[in-house]
Amino acid sequence: MGFFLETFLGGLMTGLLYALIGLGFVLIFKASGVFNFAQGAMVLVAALAMARFSGWATEALGSMVLGNVLAFLMSVAFMIAVAIVIERLVLRHLVNQELTTLLMATLGITYVLDGLGQMVFGSSVYTIDVGMPKEPLFLFEGVFEGGMLINPDDLIAAGVAATLVATLALLFQYTKVGRALRAVADDHQAAQSVGIPLGRIWVVVWAVAGIVALVAGIVWGSKLGVQFSLSTVALRALPVVILGGLTSVPGAIIGGLIIGVGEKVSEVYLGPFVGGGIEVWFAYVLALVFLLFRPEGLFGEKHIDRV
Amino acid sequence: MTMNTATEAAAQAAAPYLSINNVEVIYNHVILVLKGVSLQVEQGSIVALLGANGAGKSTTLKSISNLLHAERGDVTKGSIEFKGARIDQMTPNELVRRGVIQVMEGRHCFGHLSIEENLLTGAYTRKISRGELNANLEKVYHYFPRLKTRRSSQAGYTSGGEQQMCAIGRALMAKPEMILLDEPSMGLAPQIVEEIFEIVKDLNTKEKVSFLLAEQNTMVALRYADFGYIMENGRIVMEGEAKELAANEDVKEFYLGLAGEGRKSFREVKHYRRRKRWLS
Repeated sequence: MGFFLETFLGGLMTGLLYALIGLGFVLIFKASGVFNFAQGAMVLVAALAMARFSGWATEALGSMVLGNVLAFLMSVAFMIAVAIVIERLVLRHLVNQELTTLLMATLGITYVLDGLGQMVFGSSVYTIDVGMPKEPLFLFEGVFEGGMLINPDDLIAAGVAATLVATLALLFQYTKVGRALRAVADDHQAAQSVGIPLGRIWVVVWAVAGIVALVAGIVWGSKLGVQFSLSTVALRALPVVILGGLTSVPGAIIGGLIIGVGEKVSEVYLGPFVGGGIEVWFAYVLALVFLLFRPEGLFGEKHIDRV
Repeated sequence: MTMNTATEAAAQAAAPYLSINNVEVIYNHVILVLKGVSLQVEQGSIVALLGANGAGKSTTLKSISNLLHAERGDVTKGSIEFKGARIDQMTPNELVRRGVIQVMEGRHCFGHLSIEENLLTGAYTRKISRGELNANLEKVYHYFPRLKTRRSSQAGYTSGGEQQMCAIGRALMAKPEMILLDEPSMGLAPQIVEEIFEIVKDLNTKEKVSFLLAEQNTMVALRYADFGYIMENGRIVMEGEAKELAANEDVKEFYLGLAGEGRKSFREVKHYRRRKRWLS
Protein backbone atom coordinates (compact mmCIF):
# COMPACT_ATOMS: atom_id res chain seq x y z
CA MET A 1 0.00 0.00 0.00
CA GLY A 2 2.69 2.45 0.99
CA PHE A 3 4.68 1.63 -2.08
CA PHE A 4 1.71 2.09 -4.39
CA LEU A 5 0.89 5.43 -2.85
CA GLU A 6 4.48 6.53 -3.21
CA THR A 7 4.54 5.58 -6.85
CA PHE A 8 1.23 7.30 -7.32
CA LEU A 9 2.39 10.48 -5.63
CA GLY A 10 5.69 10.42 -7.47
CA GLY A 11 3.65 10.27 -10.67
CA LEU A 12 1.48 13.17 -9.57
CA MET A 13 4.55 15.29 -8.96
CA THR A 14 6.12 14.53 -12.32
CA GLY A 15 2.73 15.18 -13.81
CA LEU A 16 2.60 18.62 -12.24
CA LEU A 17 5.91 19.48 -13.81
CA TYR A 18 4.61 18.38 -17.20
CA ALA A 19 1.51 20.40 -16.51
CA LEU A 20 3.55 23.53 -15.82
CA ILE A 21 5.18 23.26 -19.23
CA GLY A 22 1.90 22.31 -20.86
CA LEU A 23 0.34 25.47 -19.47
CA GLY A 24 2.67 27.53 -21.61
CA PHE A 25 1.48 25.72 -24.72
CA VAL A 26 -2.14 26.23 -23.76
CA LEU A 27 -1.68 29.95 -23.12
CA ILE A 28 -0.28 30.69 -26.52
CA PHE A 29 -2.67 28.33 -28.25
CA LYS A 30 -5.62 30.02 -26.61
CA ALA A 31 -4.53 33.45 -27.67
CA SER A 32 -3.36 32.82 -31.20
CA GLY A 33 -4.61 29.43 -32.21
CA VAL A 34 -1.04 28.37 -32.77
CA PHE A 35 0.84 25.52 -31.25
CA ASN A 36 3.99 27.11 -29.91
CA PHE A 37 6.92 24.83 -30.51
CA ALA A 38 9.20 27.36 -28.86
CA GLN A 39 7.76 26.70 -25.40
CA GLY A 40 10.56 24.24 -24.58
CA ALA A 41 13.19 26.69 -25.70
CA MET A 42 11.53 29.34 -23.57
CA VAL A 43 11.74 27.07 -20.54
CA LEU A 44 15.43 26.55 -21.24
CA VAL A 45 16.17 30.23 -21.76
CA ALA A 46 14.18 31.21 -18.69
CA ALA A 47 15.93 28.64 -16.54
CA LEU A 48 19.33 29.68 -17.89
CA ALA A 49 18.57 33.31 -17.18
CA MET A 50 17.41 32.48 -13.66
CA ALA A 51 20.46 30.30 -12.98
CA ARG A 52 22.94 32.91 -14.13
CA PHE A 53 21.14 35.92 -12.63
CA SER A 54 20.79 34.18 -9.29
CA GLY A 55 24.49 33.35 -9.35
CA TRP A 56 25.41 36.99 -9.97
CA ALA A 57 22.82 38.50 -7.70
CA THR A 58 23.58 36.22 -4.77
CA GLU A 59 27.23 37.09 -5.07
CA ALA A 60 26.55 40.81 -5.40
CA LEU A 61 24.04 41.03 -2.55
CA GLY A 62 25.58 38.41 -0.34
CA SER A 63 22.19 36.98 0.56
CA MET A 64 20.62 34.00 -1.06
CA VAL A 65 17.01 35.05 -0.46
CA LEU A 66 17.50 38.60 -1.70
CA GLY A 67 19.65 37.36 -4.55
CA ASN A 68 17.00 34.92 -5.68
CA VAL A 69 14.23 37.47 -5.45
CA LEU A 70 16.26 39.92 -7.50
CA ALA A 71 17.21 37.20 -9.97
CA PHE A 72 13.55 36.19 -10.32
CA LEU A 73 12.52 39.77 -11.05
CA MET A 74 15.35 40.14 -13.54
CA SER A 75 14.32 36.90 -15.24
CA VAL A 76 10.71 38.07 -15.43
CA ALA A 77 11.88 41.30 -17.03
CA PHE A 78 14.05 39.28 -19.38
CA MET A 79 11.15 37.05 -20.47
CA ILE A 80 8.97 40.12 -21.04
CA ALA A 81 11.74 41.57 -23.20
CA VAL A 82 11.89 38.30 -25.13
CA ALA A 83 8.13 38.51 -25.69
CA ILE A 84 8.40 42.07 -26.99
CA VAL A 85 11.21 41.16 -29.36
CA ILE A 86 9.33 38.13 -30.68
CA GLU A 87 6.27 40.27 -31.34
CA ARG A 88 8.28 43.01 -33.08
CA LEU A 89 10.41 40.78 -35.22
CA VAL A 90 8.12 37.87 -35.99
CA LEU A 91 4.47 37.96 -35.01
CA ARG A 92 3.73 41.49 -36.17
CA HIS A 93 4.53 40.52 -39.71
CA LEU A 94 2.40 37.41 -39.63
CA VAL A 95 -0.97 38.88 -38.68
CA ASN A 96 -3.77 37.05 -40.42
CA GLN A 97 -1.48 34.58 -42.12
CA GLU A 98 -2.10 30.87 -42.37
CA LEU A 99 -1.75 29.08 -39.06
CA THR A 100 0.87 26.82 -40.63
CA THR A 101 2.99 29.88 -41.29
CA LEU A 102 2.80 30.87 -37.64
CA LEU A 103 3.55 27.30 -36.61
CA MET A 104 6.69 27.25 -38.72
CA ALA A 105 7.64 30.63 -37.29
CA THR A 106 7.51 29.20 -33.76
CA LEU A 107 9.80 26.38 -34.91
CA GLY A 108 12.21 29.04 -36.11
CA ILE A 109 11.92 30.89 -32.81
CA THR A 110 12.83 27.64 -31.04
CA TYR A 111 16.20 27.43 -32.74
CA VAL A 112 16.98 31.10 -32.32
CA LEU A 113 16.12 30.98 -28.62
CA ASP A 114 18.07 27.76 -28.06
CA GLY A 115 21.11 29.22 -29.77
CA LEU A 116 20.96 32.74 -28.38
CA GLY A 117 20.18 31.54 -24.88
CA GLN A 118 23.28 29.43 -24.75
CA MET A 119 25.36 32.08 -26.46
CA VAL A 120 24.39 34.72 -23.90
CA PHE A 121 24.24 32.60 -20.77
CA GLY A 122 26.76 29.90 -21.59
CA SER A 123 26.14 26.28 -22.36
CA SER A 124 27.47 24.42 -19.36
CA VAL A 125 25.29 22.77 -16.74
CA TYR A 126 24.06 25.16 -14.08
CA THR A 127 22.17 24.67 -10.90
CA ILE A 128 19.34 26.72 -9.57
CA ASP A 129 19.17 26.83 -5.82
CA VAL A 130 16.12 28.66 -4.59
CA GLY A 131 16.45 27.12 -1.16
CA MET A 132 13.75 24.51 -1.47
CA PRO A 133 13.91 22.02 1.41
CA LYS A 134 15.40 18.78 0.21
CA GLU A 135 15.00 16.60 3.30
CA PRO A 136 12.43 13.91 2.53
CA LEU A 137 9.46 13.65 4.83
CA PHE A 138 7.77 10.51 6.07
CA LEU A 139 4.00 10.68 6.25
CA PHE A 140 1.32 8.30 7.52
CA GLU A 141 3.79 6.22 9.45
CA GLY A 142 1.01 5.39 11.88
CA VAL A 143 -1.49 4.46 9.18
CA PHE A 144 0.41 1.69 7.50
CA GLU A 145 3.75 0.05 7.78
CA GLY A 146 6.77 2.04 6.63
CA GLY A 147 4.77 5.21 5.96
CA MET A 148 5.27 7.20 2.81
CA LEU A 149 8.26 9.07 1.48
CA ILE A 150 7.58 12.57 0.19
CA ASN A 151 9.88 15.31 -1.06
CA PRO A 152 8.85 18.66 0.34
CA ASP A 153 10.11 20.44 -2.76
CA ASP A 154 7.55 18.47 -4.73
CA LEU A 155 4.85 19.75 -2.43
CA ILE A 156 6.00 23.32 -2.95
CA ALA A 157 6.05 22.80 -6.69
CA ALA A 158 2.52 21.44 -6.48
CA GLY A 159 1.39 24.50 -4.57
CA VAL A 160 3.00 26.83 -7.09
CA ALA A 161 1.45 25.02 -10.02
CA ALA A 162 -2.00 25.05 -8.43
CA THR A 163 -1.83 28.79 -7.73
CA LEU A 164 -0.64 29.52 -11.23
CA VAL A 165 -3.43 27.51 -12.78
CA ALA A 166 -6.12 29.07 -10.64
CA THR A 167 -4.88 32.57 -11.46
CA LEU A 168 -4.65 31.92 -15.17
CA ALA A 169 -8.03 30.23 -15.35
CA LEU A 170 -9.64 33.22 -13.64
CA LEU A 171 -7.74 35.62 -15.86
CA PHE A 172 -8.95 33.94 -19.03
CA GLN A 173 -12.54 33.49 -17.99
CA TYR A 174 -13.43 36.69 -16.22
CA THR A 175 -11.21 39.60 -17.16
CA LYS A 176 -11.37 41.97 -20.08
CA VAL A 177 -7.89 40.99 -21.19
CA GLY A 178 -8.74 37.31 -20.91
CA ARG A 179 -11.81 37.80 -23.07
CA ALA A 180 -9.73 39.70 -25.59
CA LEU A 181 -7.18 36.89 -25.63
CA ARG A 182 -9.87 34.33 -26.40
CA ALA A 183 -11.34 36.61 -29.02
CA VAL A 184 -7.98 36.93 -30.74
CA ALA A 185 -7.61 33.15 -30.75
CA ASP A 186 -10.97 32.80 -32.49
CA ASP A 187 -10.52 35.41 -35.18
CA HIS A 188 -7.55 37.73 -35.56
CA GLN A 189 -9.15 40.09 -38.00
CA ALA A 190 -12.45 40.41 -36.21
CA ALA A 191 -10.58 41.10 -32.99
CA GLN A 192 -8.71 43.84 -34.79
CA SER A 193 -11.94 45.24 -36.20
CA VAL A 194 -13.39 45.85 -32.74
CA GLY A 195 -10.24 47.67 -31.73
CA ILE A 196 -8.32 44.98 -29.87
CA PRO A 197 -4.66 45.80 -30.51
CA LEU A 198 -3.20 42.48 -31.64
CA GLY A 199 0.39 43.46 -30.99
CA ARG A 200 -0.19 44.33 -27.37
CA ILE A 201 -2.25 41.18 -26.80
CA TRP A 202 0.52 39.04 -28.22
CA VAL A 203 3.16 40.69 -26.09
CA VAL A 204 0.99 40.05 -23.04
CA VAL A 205 0.40 36.43 -23.85
CA TRP A 206 4.00 35.64 -24.77
CA ALA A 207 5.16 37.40 -21.65
CA VAL A 208 2.77 35.38 -19.50
CA ALA A 209 3.85 32.20 -21.29
CA GLY A 210 7.44 33.28 -20.65
CA ILE A 211 6.76 33.69 -16.95
CA VAL A 212 5.06 30.31 -16.80
CA ALA A 213 8.12 28.91 -18.58
CA LEU A 214 10.28 30.59 -15.98
CA VAL A 215 8.39 28.97 -13.12
CA ALA A 216 8.56 25.60 -14.86
CA GLY A 217 12.26 26.17 -15.53
CA ILE A 218 12.96 27.00 -11.91
CA VAL A 219 11.11 23.95 -10.62
CA TRP A 220 12.70 21.56 -13.12
CA GLY A 221 16.07 23.24 -12.88
CA SER A 222 16.27 23.05 -9.13
CA LYS A 223 15.50 19.34 -9.27
CA LEU A 224 17.61 18.32 -12.25
CA GLY A 225 19.94 21.19 -13.07
CA VAL A 226 19.77 23.51 -16.04
CA GLN A 227 21.11 22.22 -19.30
CA PHE A 228 20.20 21.92 -22.93
CA SER A 229 18.12 18.79 -22.41
CA LEU A 230 15.58 20.96 -20.62
CA SER A 231 14.28 22.20 -23.94
CA THR A 232 13.41 18.64 -24.97
CA VAL A 233 11.47 18.08 -21.77
CA ALA A 234 8.84 20.19 -23.46
CA LEU A 235 8.23 17.41 -25.93
CA ARG A 236 7.07 15.24 -23.07
CA ALA A 237 4.49 17.87 -22.26
CA LEU A 238 3.08 17.59 -25.76
CA PRO A 239 0.90 14.56 -25.00
CA VAL A 240 -0.21 16.32 -21.86
CA VAL A 241 -1.88 19.14 -23.74
CA ILE A 242 -3.33 16.78 -26.33
CA LEU A 243 -4.90 14.83 -23.51
CA GLY A 244 -6.14 17.80 -21.55
CA GLY A 245 -7.23 19.82 -24.53
CA LEU A 246 -5.18 22.53 -26.17
CA THR A 247 -7.53 25.27 -25.10
CA SER A 248 -8.07 24.37 -21.48
CA VAL A 249 -5.96 25.68 -18.64
CA PRO A 250 -7.27 23.19 -16.06
CA GLY A 251 -7.02 20.55 -18.80
CA ALA A 252 -3.26 21.01 -18.92
CA ILE A 253 -3.05 20.24 -15.23
CA ILE A 254 -5.36 17.25 -15.26
CA GLY A 255 -3.70 15.93 -18.41
CA GLY A 256 -0.33 16.34 -16.74
CA LEU A 257 -1.44 14.47 -13.64
CA ILE A 258 -3.00 11.62 -15.62
CA ILE A 259 0.12 11.20 -17.69
CA GLY A 260 2.50 11.54 -14.77
CA VAL A 261 0.64 8.95 -12.72
CA GLY A 262 -0.02 6.69 -15.70
CA GLU A 263 3.65 6.68 -16.62
CA LYS A 264 4.91 5.81 -13.17
CA VAL A 265 2.25 3.31 -12.20
CA SER A 266 2.34 1.46 -15.49
CA GLU A 267 6.12 1.37 -15.41
CA VAL A 268 6.18 -0.15 -11.96
CA TYR A 269 3.27 -2.56 -12.25
CA LEU A 270 3.14 -3.41 -15.95
CA GLY A 271 6.79 -2.83 -16.81
CA PRO A 272 8.07 -6.20 -15.65
CA PHE A 273 5.68 -8.04 -17.99
CA VAL A 274 6.77 -6.25 -21.14
CA GLY A 275 10.41 -5.75 -20.28
CA GLY A 276 10.12 -2.22 -18.93
CA GLY A 277 10.51 1.08 -20.72
CA ILE A 278 6.80 1.90 -20.64
CA GLU A 279 7.51 5.31 -19.14
CA VAL A 280 9.12 6.46 -22.35
CA TRP A 281 6.24 5.82 -24.69
CA PHE A 282 3.21 5.66 -22.42
CA ALA A 283 2.29 9.34 -22.84
CA TYR A 284 2.56 9.28 -26.60
CA VAL A 285 0.42 6.20 -27.00
CA LEU A 286 -2.21 7.71 -24.76
CA ALA A 287 -2.09 10.91 -26.83
CA LEU A 288 -2.50 8.89 -30.01
CA VAL A 289 -5.58 7.17 -28.65
CA PHE A 290 -7.02 10.55 -27.76
CA LEU A 291 -6.26 11.98 -31.17
CA LEU A 292 -8.20 9.11 -32.68
CA PHE A 293 -11.27 9.21 -30.50
CA ARG A 294 -11.45 12.66 -28.92
CA PRO A 295 -9.18 15.05 -30.78
CA GLU A 296 -10.22 18.08 -28.76
CA GLY A 297 -8.92 16.42 -25.59
CA LEU A 298 -10.72 16.06 -22.30
CA PHE A 299 -11.61 19.69 -21.78
CA GLY A 300 -10.73 21.41 -25.02
CA GLU A 301 -13.15 23.51 -27.02
CA LYS A 302 -14.96 21.57 -29.66
CA HIS A 303 -14.35 22.66 -33.18
CA ILE A 304 -17.52 24.42 -34.23
CA ASP A 305 -18.92 23.38 -37.57
CA ARG A 306 -22.19 24.68 -38.87
CA VAL A 307 -23.75 22.77 -41.69
CA MET B 1 -20.16 63.88 -62.14
CA THR B 2 -18.42 66.66 -63.95
CA MET B 3 -15.66 68.81 -62.61
CA ASN B 4 -18.07 71.62 -61.90
CA THR B 5 -20.48 69.73 -59.77
CA ALA B 6 -17.58 68.13 -57.93
CA THR B 7 -16.18 71.45 -56.86
CA GLU B 8 -19.63 72.71 -56.01
CA ALA B 9 -20.27 69.74 -53.83
CA ALA B 10 -16.91 70.22 -52.15
CA ALA B 11 -17.72 73.85 -51.49
CA GLN B 12 -21.12 73.00 -50.05
CA ALA B 13 -19.76 70.70 -47.43
CA ALA B 14 -16.88 72.65 -45.93
CA ALA B 15 -15.57 69.84 -43.77
CA PRO B 16 -17.25 66.61 -44.80
CA TYR B 17 -17.88 64.06 -42.06
CA LEU B 18 -16.18 61.16 -43.74
CA SER B 19 -14.49 61.74 -47.02
CA ILE B 20 -12.43 59.47 -49.16
CA ASN B 21 -10.44 61.24 -51.80
CA ASN B 22 -9.05 59.48 -54.84
CA VAL B 23 -7.98 56.41 -52.93
CA GLU B 24 -5.96 53.77 -54.68
CA VAL B 25 -5.41 50.39 -53.06
CA ILE B 26 -2.88 47.82 -54.11
CA TYR B 27 -2.74 44.31 -52.68
CA ASN B 28 0.54 42.51 -52.39
CA HIS B 29 2.29 45.37 -54.21
CA VAL B 30 0.89 44.21 -57.56
CA ILE B 31 -2.88 43.85 -57.60
CA LEU B 32 -4.59 47.18 -58.21
CA VAL B 33 -8.01 46.94 -56.64
CA LEU B 34 -9.23 50.49 -56.08
CA LYS B 35 -8.46 52.84 -58.91
CA GLY B 36 -9.12 56.22 -57.39
CA VAL B 37 -12.28 56.06 -55.34
CA SER B 38 -13.84 59.18 -53.89
CA LEU B 39 -16.91 59.31 -51.78
CA GLN B 40 -18.45 61.21 -48.93
CA VAL B 41 -20.68 60.38 -46.03
CA GLU B 42 -22.63 63.09 -44.29
CA GLN B 43 -23.13 63.01 -40.59
CA GLY B 44 -26.22 61.09 -39.61
CA SER B 45 -26.84 59.55 -42.99
CA ILE B 46 -26.94 56.03 -44.36
CA VAL B 47 -24.87 55.70 -47.49
CA ALA B 48 -24.99 52.58 -49.60
CA LEU B 49 -22.02 51.37 -51.58
CA LEU B 50 -23.35 49.09 -54.26
CA GLY B 51 -21.88 46.90 -56.89
CA ALA B 52 -21.23 43.37 -57.99
CA ASN B 53 -18.79 40.87 -56.57
CA GLY B 54 -15.22 42.08 -56.74
CA ALA B 55 -16.13 45.67 -57.49
CA GLY B 56 -14.11 46.86 -54.52
CA LYS B 57 -16.79 47.59 -51.95
CA SER B 58 -15.18 45.61 -49.15
CA THR B 59 -11.78 46.98 -49.98
CA THR B 60 -13.14 50.50 -49.77
CA LEU B 61 -14.55 49.82 -46.32
CA LYS B 62 -11.35 48.13 -45.18
CA SER B 63 -9.26 51.00 -46.44
CA ILE B 64 -11.27 53.25 -44.14
CA SER B 65 -11.14 50.96 -41.11
CA ASN B 66 -7.52 50.13 -41.88
CA LEU B 67 -7.95 46.39 -41.79
CA LEU B 68 -6.16 46.23 -45.12
CA HIS B 69 -2.72 45.71 -43.69
CA ALA B 70 -3.66 42.31 -42.39
CA GLU B 71 -4.47 41.32 -45.96
CA ARG B 72 -1.30 42.82 -47.39
CA GLY B 73 -3.20 45.69 -48.91
CA ASP B 74 -1.97 49.26 -48.94
CA VAL B 75 -3.49 52.63 -49.62
CA THR B 76 -1.00 53.93 -52.14
CA LYS B 77 -2.68 57.17 -53.18
CA GLY B 78 -5.29 59.55 -51.92
CA SER B 79 -6.46 60.42 -48.47
CA ILE B 80 -9.17 59.46 -46.03
CA GLU B 81 -10.51 62.02 -43.61
CA PHE B 82 -12.90 61.70 -40.71
CA LYS B 83 -14.19 64.92 -39.19
CA GLY B 84 -11.39 66.86 -40.82
CA ALA B 85 -8.52 64.65 -39.60
CA ARG B 86 -6.51 62.23 -41.72
CA ILE B 87 -7.19 58.69 -40.60
CA ASP B 88 -5.48 56.62 -43.27
CA GLN B 89 -2.42 55.83 -41.18
CA MET B 90 -4.24 55.03 -37.96
CA THR B 91 -4.45 51.59 -36.44
CA PRO B 92 -7.91 50.02 -36.15
CA ASN B 93 -7.59 50.49 -32.40
CA GLU B 94 -7.18 54.27 -32.72
CA LEU B 95 -10.03 54.39 -35.22
CA VAL B 96 -12.41 52.55 -32.95
CA ARG B 97 -11.51 55.01 -30.21
CA ARG B 98 -12.39 57.82 -32.60
CA GLY B 99 -15.75 56.26 -33.29
CA VAL B 100 -15.32 54.46 -36.60
CA ILE B 101 -15.86 50.72 -36.48
CA GLN B 102 -16.32 48.10 -39.11
CA VAL B 103 -18.67 45.14 -39.06
CA MET B 104 -16.96 42.70 -41.33
CA GLU B 105 -18.42 40.73 -44.17
CA GLY B 106 -19.46 37.26 -43.07
CA ARG B 107 -20.15 38.35 -39.48
CA HIS B 108 -16.92 37.11 -37.93
CA CYS B 109 -18.30 36.52 -34.47
CA PHE B 110 -15.98 34.92 -31.98
CA GLY B 111 -17.37 31.41 -32.27
CA HIS B 112 -16.19 30.03 -28.97
CA LEU B 113 -17.30 33.01 -26.94
CA SER B 114 -20.88 33.39 -25.78
CA ILE B 115 -23.05 36.05 -27.37
CA GLU B 116 -22.67 38.22 -24.30
CA GLU B 117 -18.90 37.82 -24.24
CA ASN B 118 -18.86 38.74 -27.91
CA LEU B 119 -20.72 41.93 -27.11
CA LEU B 120 -18.37 42.68 -24.23
CA THR B 121 -15.30 42.44 -26.45
CA GLY B 122 -16.82 45.28 -28.44
CA ALA B 123 -16.27 47.54 -25.45
CA TYR B 124 -12.57 46.68 -25.30
CA THR B 125 -11.42 50.18 -26.20
CA ARG B 126 -13.65 51.90 -23.68
CA LYS B 127 -12.69 52.61 -20.13
CA ILE B 128 -16.05 52.48 -18.42
CA SER B 129 -17.48 51.22 -15.18
CA ARG B 130 -19.27 47.92 -14.77
CA GLY B 131 -22.56 49.79 -14.45
CA GLU B 132 -22.11 51.70 -17.67
CA LEU B 133 -21.09 48.50 -19.38
CA ASN B 134 -24.26 46.77 -18.26
CA ALA B 135 -26.37 49.73 -19.30
CA ASN B 136 -24.77 49.50 -22.71
CA LEU B 137 -25.45 45.78 -22.91
CA GLU B 138 -29.09 46.40 -22.07
CA LYS B 139 -29.29 48.99 -24.82
CA VAL B 140 -27.94 46.52 -27.36
CA TYR B 141 -30.41 43.92 -26.11
CA HIS B 142 -33.15 46.51 -26.51
CA TYR B 143 -32.37 46.80 -30.20
CA PHE B 144 -31.71 43.09 -30.62
CA PRO B 145 -34.10 41.30 -28.25
CA ARG B 146 -33.17 38.01 -29.91
CA LEU B 147 -29.63 38.33 -28.64
CA LYS B 148 -30.86 38.56 -25.09
CA THR B 149 -32.54 35.21 -25.30
CA ARG B 150 -29.34 33.68 -26.68
CA ARG B 151 -26.94 35.62 -24.48
CA SER B 152 -25.20 32.61 -22.99
CA SER B 153 -25.05 30.40 -26.08
CA GLN B 154 -21.76 30.04 -27.90
CA ALA B 155 -21.89 32.38 -30.86
CA GLY B 156 -20.67 29.65 -33.20
CA TYR B 157 -23.87 27.71 -32.66
CA THR B 158 -26.30 30.55 -33.30
CA SER B 159 -28.05 31.17 -36.61
CA GLY B 160 -26.68 33.40 -39.34
CA GLY B 161 -29.14 36.16 -38.55
CA GLU B 162 -28.28 36.05 -34.87
CA GLN B 163 -24.61 36.17 -35.73
CA GLN B 164 -25.15 39.23 -37.90
CA MET B 165 -27.02 40.87 -35.05
CA CYS B 166 -24.26 39.86 -32.68
CA ALA B 167 -21.67 41.45 -34.96
CA ILE B 168 -23.60 44.71 -35.20
CA GLY B 169 -24.32 44.66 -31.48
CA ARG B 170 -20.67 44.09 -30.76
CA ALA B 171 -19.78 47.13 -32.82
CA LEU B 172 -22.42 49.16 -30.96
CA MET B 173 -20.71 48.34 -27.68
CA ALA B 174 -17.80 50.49 -28.81
CA LYS B 175 -20.19 53.46 -28.89
CA PRO B 176 -19.40 54.31 -32.49
CA GLU B 177 -20.36 57.42 -34.41
CA MET B 178 -20.01 55.65 -37.68
CA ILE B 179 -20.38 52.00 -38.59
CA LEU B 180 -18.93 50.53 -41.75
CA LEU B 181 -21.29 47.69 -42.43
CA ASP B 182 -20.09 45.14 -44.93
CA GLU B 183 -22.70 43.04 -46.66
CA PRO B 184 -25.17 42.58 -43.79
CA SER B 185 -27.57 40.61 -45.98
CA MET B 186 -25.11 37.93 -46.97
CA GLY B 187 -26.59 34.47 -46.75
CA LEU B 188 -29.66 35.55 -44.82
CA ALA B 189 -33.33 34.94 -45.47
CA PRO B 190 -35.13 37.98 -46.92
CA GLN B 191 -37.21 38.37 -43.79
CA ILE B 192 -34.13 38.52 -41.56
CA VAL B 193 -32.48 40.96 -43.98
CA GLU B 194 -35.50 43.21 -43.65
CA GLU B 195 -35.35 42.91 -39.86
CA ILE B 196 -31.68 43.84 -39.79
CA PHE B 197 -32.10 46.82 -42.08
CA GLU B 198 -35.00 48.03 -39.92
CA ILE B 199 -32.70 47.97 -36.92
CA VAL B 200 -30.00 49.78 -38.87
CA LYS B 201 -32.48 52.51 -39.75
CA ASP B 202 -33.60 52.62 -36.13
CA LEU B 203 -30.04 52.99 -34.87
CA ASN B 204 -29.49 55.69 -37.42
CA THR B 205 -32.45 57.78 -36.34
CA LYS B 206 -32.38 57.13 -32.60
CA GLU B 207 -28.71 56.71 -31.81
CA LYS B 208 -27.50 59.08 -34.55
CA VAL B 209 -25.06 56.52 -35.89
CA SER B 210 -23.98 57.12 -39.47
CA PHE B 211 -23.67 54.12 -41.73
CA LEU B 212 -21.63 53.34 -44.79
CA LEU B 213 -22.87 50.01 -45.98
CA ALA B 214 -21.63 47.82 -48.76
CA GLU B 215 -24.36 45.71 -50.30
CA GLN B 216 -25.05 43.51 -53.25
CA ASN B 217 -28.71 43.53 -52.44
CA THR B 218 -29.26 46.82 -54.25
CA MET B 219 -33.00 46.93 -53.91
CA VAL B 220 -33.11 46.61 -50.14
CA ALA B 221 -30.08 48.84 -49.58
CA LEU B 222 -31.50 51.70 -51.65
CA ARG B 223 -34.79 51.49 -49.79
CA TYR B 224 -33.09 52.23 -46.47
CA ALA B 225 -30.21 54.45 -47.57
CA ASP B 226 -30.18 58.20 -48.11
CA PHE B 227 -27.47 58.25 -50.71
CA GLY B 228 -25.85 55.65 -52.91
CA TYR B 229 -22.67 55.03 -54.82
CA ILE B 230 -22.30 52.33 -57.43
CA MET B 231 -18.95 50.71 -57.92
CA GLU B 232 -17.63 48.75 -60.82
CA ASN B 233 -14.12 47.45 -61.25
CA GLY B 234 -12.54 49.50 -58.51
CA ARG B 235 -14.18 52.77 -59.53
CA ILE B 236 -17.27 54.67 -58.60
CA VAL B 237 -19.39 54.78 -61.73
CA MET B 238 -22.57 56.37 -60.52
CA GLU B 239 -23.82 58.23 -57.50
CA GLY B 240 -26.92 59.98 -56.34
CA GLU B 241 -29.77 60.19 -53.90
CA ALA B 242 -31.01 56.72 -53.08
CA LYS B 243 -34.46 57.47 -54.52
CA GLU B 244 -33.01 58.76 -57.77
CA LEU B 245 -30.75 55.77 -58.09
CA ALA B 246 -33.61 53.40 -57.45
CA ALA B 247 -35.59 55.11 -60.17
CA ASN B 248 -32.71 55.29 -62.62
CA GLU B 249 -33.34 53.16 -65.69
CA ASP B 250 -29.74 51.95 -65.93
CA VAL B 251 -29.57 50.96 -62.30
CA LYS B 252 -32.87 49.19 -62.62
CA GLU B 253 -31.62 47.24 -65.53
CA PHE B 254 -28.16 46.39 -64.34
CA TYR B 255 -28.74 45.75 -60.68
CA LEU B 256 -32.39 45.21 -60.14
CA GLY B 257 -32.97 43.15 -63.23
CA LEU B 258 -36.01 45.21 -64.14
CA ALA B 259 -36.06 46.51 -67.64
CA GLY B 260 -38.73 48.97 -68.72
CA GLU B 261 -40.74 46.67 -70.95
CA GLY B 262 -40.94 43.40 -69.06
CA ARG B 263 -38.67 40.45 -69.59
CA LYS B 264 -35.91 40.72 -72.11
CA SER B 265 -33.87 38.22 -73.99
CA PHE B 266 -30.43 37.91 -72.51
CA ARG B 267 -28.96 38.76 -75.90
CA GLU B 268 -30.51 42.22 -75.90
CA VAL B 269 -29.35 43.16 -72.45
CA LYS B 270 -27.27 46.28 -72.55
CA HIS B 271 -23.66 46.09 -71.55
CA TYR B 272 -22.60 48.55 -69.04
CA ARG B 273 -21.61 51.96 -70.28
CA ARG B 274 -19.00 53.15 -67.92
CA ARG B 275 -19.04 56.82 -67.32
CA LYS B 276 -15.71 58.43 -67.81
CA ARG B 277 -14.53 60.26 -64.77
CA TRP B 278 -11.76 62.68 -65.46
CA LEU B 279 -11.63 63.89 -61.93
CA SER B 280 -12.05 61.02 -59.61
